[in-house]
Amino acid sequence: MSLIRIALAGEGGQGVQSVAEILTEAAYNENQQTIYIPNFGLEQRGGVSIAFIQFSDKRIGAPKFNKADVVIALSGRAVGRTAGYSDENTLFVYDSGFDFDKEDLPQQAKKIIAIPAVDTANQKLHPKVFNIIIMGAVIGLTNVVSFEAAKEALEHKLAYKFEKDPSLRELNFKAMEIGKQMAEKSLQEEVDNND
Amino acid sequence: MEKIIGEPKKAFMTGNETVAWACLAAGADIMFGYPITPQNEVMHYWTRLAPKYNRGFLQTEDELSAGFTTCGAVQAGKKAFTATAGPGNVLMQEPFGMAEAMRLPVLSIIQQRGGPSSGTVVYSQQEVTLTTYGGNGEGHRIVYSTATHQEIYDYVIKGFNIAWKYRFPTFVLGDGYQAKMREPLEMYDPEDKGIEIIKPYPLIGIPGNIGESREPQHLCNIYSLEEELYEVLMKVSAEYEAISPEIVEFEARYCEDADIIIISHGVVSRAADDAVKILRAQGIKAGYFRPITLRPFPQQQLRDVIAQSGAEHLLIAESAYGQLERLTKQEIYGETVKIDNLFMPGVGIIDYDIIKKVKSII
Amino acid sequence: MEMLAPATPKSWYLPSKPHKFCPGCGHGITLKALGEAIDELGIQQETIFGCDIGCSLLAWNFFACDSTQTHHGRTTPVMVGIKRARPELITIGYMGDGGGYSIGSQHLLNSAVRNEKVTLILVNNTNYGMTGGQMAPTTLPGQITETSPYGRDPESTGYPTRGPEFIAELTPEGAYVARATVSKYKQLRRLIRNAIRNQIEGNGFSFVEVLSTCPTNWRTNANQTWNFLEEKMEQYFPVGEIKSPLGKGDK
Repeated sequence: MSLIRIALAGEGGQGVQSVAEILTEAAYNENQQTIYIPNFGLEQRGGVSIAFIQFSDKRIGAPKFNKADVVIALSGRAVGRTAGYSDENTLFVYDSGFDFDKEDLPQQAKKIIAIPAVDTANQKLHPKVFNIIIMGAVIGLTNVVSFEAAKEALEHKLAYKFEKDPSLRELNFKAMEIGKQMAEKSLQEEVDNND
Repeated sequence: MEKIIGEPKKAFMTGNETVAWACLAAGADIMFGYPITPQNEVMHYWTRLAPKYNRGFLQTEDELSAGFTTCGAVQAGKKAFTATAGPGNVLMQEPFGMAEAMRLPVLSIIQQRGGPSSGTVVYSQQEVTLTTYGGNGEGHRIVYSTATHQEIYDYVIKGFNIAWKYRFPTFVLGDGYQAKMREPLEMYDPEDKGIEIIKPYPLIGIPGNIGESREPQHLCNIYSLEEELYEVLMKVSAEYEAISPEIVEFEARYCEDADIIIISHGVVSRAADDAVKILRAQGIKAGYFRPITLRPFPQQQLRDVIAQSGAEHLLIAESAYGQLERLTKQEIYGETVKIDNLFMPGVGIIDYDIIKKVKSII
Repeated sequence: MEMLAPATPKSWYLPSKPHKFCPGCGHGITLKALGEAIDELGIQQETIFGCDIGCSLLAWNFFACDSTQTHHGRTTPVMVGIKRARPELITIGYMGDGGGYSIGSQHLLNSAVRNEKVTLILVNNTNYGMTGGQMAPTTLPGQITETSPYGRDPESTGYPTRGPEFIAELTPEGAYVARATVSKYKQLRRLIRNAIRNQIEGNGFSFVEVLSTCPTNWRTNANQTWNFLEEKMEQYFPVGEIKSPLGKGDK
């Protein structure tokens, strides 16, 4: 796999950094080269939190990047904050459940798509698996890791919670599956990128 | 020595976690530290690991104290270390000065953040001048600038050895990116790789009976006469210069026929390496030179590379406004090669930035 | 008339004698008491003596014990580092009022709070002697120094620091806190000995402030020096044990 760069942004507390940790752990377990760097400015205490993630089959250079292959913005503010990481090759994804100024969307993108992750989490699953839906969506959009590897890494990360409440395991795996399908569906729908 | 890792083991972790494991594998006895971002997780991991391996930790009241307690523990013969960043590094210059003056093998991990002052908690390469030449002395220090987690692991182990072998304060200079990012590395017990671990030894509280088998050890740190100090400094300077060739480390690639040589250190060298490969693919003869030791600086090696290549340009790329440039210029004084710069203080540099700059020069 | 030569403590390092303190300075008396305490406790071999910057630095090779010199105010953390690394050693830090109460006050305060098992001896002579007689945290109200030439005005510079009193407040049980004076030698020696014994017994932080004289910077003759010490200083800084776990319980 050639280099794939993902910028994942959301509000502090949405679990963006956990998603990045699980995904890179999964990639590492599949013997990929991978780097993840959190944007850990003062913003980690209330504000937009960004994870810069890279996957490759070759050694990865600088830990940060200017333009991403995939940008995922999970809040209204995150859209404006991450628009600059998008260029004509970028797949820009945002959550349809937030209100924001459409002018904040990037000027350049290969494709801009909206996914209903928040609504799905709130209505069909549980608000706290919102970030896991997003993780599933990243896999659906990029295939950076196999679904099985992601499940294993998720299991590893949340083992202590699953032990206390085994029903959480099913909930999380289901969230991941739904996220993946959601992304695949969005890609097929060919949303116009010039709005 | 106690085996920590066992069989060499692949790991995927942050740079700060890597530091803690490397200190453990190197046989460090005790850490003294004070919280400052982005080095906090060195302490977080160390405090989790240390009791399991009978190692010590003390969270001090400030960085002055962290530095001086480290000095005390080293004098007492223990492998002690500390970690800091930014304003904490500024405060620690005082104890680092004592370590320089008294030849204390103190190992310090510096995770550079933005400056001056509180700057950012994120990243920079702005603590180069401070770490190499901070304090009211002559910069008799050894400074390794790492670029990967593997190097963090390797040079922390090496740093303890070099410190205890030569008795100069030794630094592993990282940055906020290296501190916080996760990437793969291999961990190992140094002796399994044929690395001999230099044993620490006390400077005070030494064996033997005072007045019978030995004299008391009076460690002196202030002199009455200027001539006394002069004599000590000249002796230490000569010693530092004599051992420098054994210590300097560098990387040079694609320099033989280069028209332009990109000089960078630490994490920026990753971008420089990528940039050189891309430029080469486009037919531009770019070369790569990276000092791994910033003190002592591989000055003869850089002069040789310039002479052999006949390069007309050097491009110094750094996440600071000329700290590596000043260091480099003073070390290669007299070279006529043209020196350009890419100064991006406090922000990361990627291959794109370097490529663009090179194309504006050539 | 026959003169009795006072005995030299066994733990003194003779090549460094006669010592370099000014005539009439109280450091020599304090260090004699410390030397005798080290002898009585039989700890010369395991003692690490650490001295600060200021006049106390002149004691760097005073004892036939291993010793180290540090920076102004930083003796406390160096002693803490040594003790944490090698608990079997007896660490005695020696400093002035400027080093302990001003530039190194955060170290003194926090090591007291942590109940570090070190012994600190702080010499209070109400001024910065080595640097030429500036105002110190312990300078008395109205006292003239180089930086309070019209007398210390508490309105603008505060009142003198009562170190042992605040340390007694900060420390948990097990700490030993006292104030002695060079004018009462036997008590001085006893309190210093207790402060070391407390460390040997592993009870906790041990601190002795010693009221001392500085005729050079006070610009006083012998009578005036002694009067200032016994009347002015003792009045503001009461002498005696403030906190002691010794002789209590089954220790």
